[in-house]
Amino acid sequence: MSAFVTLDGVDHAYAGAGSALAVEGLSIAVEQGEFAAVVGPSGCGKSTLMKLATGLQFPRSGSVTVAGAQVKASVKIAGMAFQAPTLLPWRTTLENLMLPLEIVEPYRSEMRRRRAEFRERAEKLLASVGLSGQGNKFPWELSGGMQQRASLCRALIHQPQLLMLDEPFGALDAFTREELWCVIRDLQAASKITVILVTHDLREAVFLADRVFVMSSRPGRIVVERKIDLPRPRDLEVTFTPAFTDIVHELRGHIVKARQ
Amino acid sequence: MNRTALLIRLSPWLFTIGLFVVWEAAVHIFKIPVFFLPPPTAIAQAFVDYAGPLARNSWITLQTTLIGFALAVGFGLLLGLVVGWSRAIYAGLYPLMIGFNAIPKVALVPILVLWFGIGFIPAVLTAFLISFFPIVVNVATGLATIEPELEDVLKALGASKLDIMRKVGIPRTLPYFFGSLKVAITLAFVGSVISESVASNYGIGNLMLQAQAQFQVPLIFAGLVVLAVEGIAMYAAMAILERRMTGWAQRSGFAQA
Repeated sequence: MSAFVTLDGVDHAYAGAGSALAVEGLSIAVEQGEFAAVVGPSGCGKSTLMKLATGLQFPRSGSVTVAGAQVKASVKIAGMAFQAPTLLPWRTTLENLMLPLEIVEPYRSEMRRRRAEFRERAEKLLASVGLSGQGNKFPWELSGGMQQRASLCRALIHQPQLLMLDEPFGALDAFTREELWCVIRDLQAASKITVILVTHDLREAVFLADRVFVMSSRPGRIVVERKIDLPRPRDLEVTFTPAFTDIVHELRGHIVKARQ
Repeated sequence: MNRTALLIRLSPWLFTIGLFVVWEAAVHIFKIPVFFLPPPTAIAQAFVDYAGPLARNSWITLQTTLIGFALAVGFGLLLGLVVGWSRAIYAGLYPLMIGFNAIPKVALVPILVLWFGIGFIPAVLTAFLISFFPIVVNVATGLATIEPELEDVLKALGASKLDIMRKVGIPRTLPYFFGSLKVAITLAFVGSVISESVASNYGIGNLMLQAQAQFQVPLIFAGLVVLAVEGIAMYAAMAILERRMTGWAQRSGFAQA
């Protein structure tokens, strides 16, 4: 059986960028249920990887397969979260969570009939990230960390098989960030969803991921693939062990090389 | 209510009354003739003497303005959505709109008269033509500034452009839209009065022109006061509407501070 998300020899450039490639010869394979992290110097095409894997962009050459099918349109089995929570200020938190269900089938056509059930699901999801009872508040009444939790819930509400995270904790303070690492860790452990996390925080990558991929500077491709065999479940304490720091240190060396 | 809050509530009235008091005093102290600058008391007298014509004509001006404004809202909203919908349309129409907006609308009145004759219709159309522009620009801006990440989230779920427009574009444009109404209603008054004074037999603009011909200077000023009051009332109505419809966008304490 082939991997769940596969990029094979992908070249990509954005329209209007001429022949300047964003990624070149990019190959990556992420197994079903795996937690993969992609790290690299800034501007290395990490976000391009996300757009390719979700069908927002299509490669100039090479192939992208998700769940056994060539990506030809937007990948509806994916949920996405970004550095900015991008919640809609005129909707309550709960209504924000419902937004994907109003878009994606089959929920879209069942919205009217199953609204109560969907609300319940959204409330449960909020509770699972520690936001129980906050659903009726507007996003701007929540703290930055709480908004980001809600944003994660919005990415998960339609029960996607693939979760794409683009530096989702980049704008948070260190303590909130570590709290959210644990939230994501538990969500993934519970649902066995496939996660691709794009980040420039090596500790975050090593703490969360089963495998870490290091990208070169632009045009990006994978230069190192590192299996993280720290035992699960991982506690935040693990980040202070020598084994952990060694891996972070090793990856840092690769990044430094990749920037040159 | 504490003292400061009370003072802020009363402040607009105090300043308005203060302006009239200073005005009245200045006219008397410097012995300014009534046909040059009438004192507020003379203007008040004109209100009493010409209550009928003033009421009739101010009603006509208000109607003209509101009809023109309503057209501007409908057309402006529609054009704004179209312009905001597509980059190509935006690029194509923008220079045309800038050019059109740069034309002084008083220069259009003769053409409108040529087409529709003098009177009500040119005044309505002038009000419309002068006031739709800010609505178009604001609506289009609101649509053009959707966060690209949010667009990605929705597109990845298979959202069509219409979905994104309905769920995100239009709601987030509303504060821009209602904000532009305050500007547009004031401009609509400018438009209707211009046209009334150039080419009509009715309205405050026409009344002021006739008063000028007969040298009834206090009546001219009474016309100005009517316009100011109508303008303030309509502006306030739009501001209340804005707050009602888009409370979520006005949570900042900045404007109140």
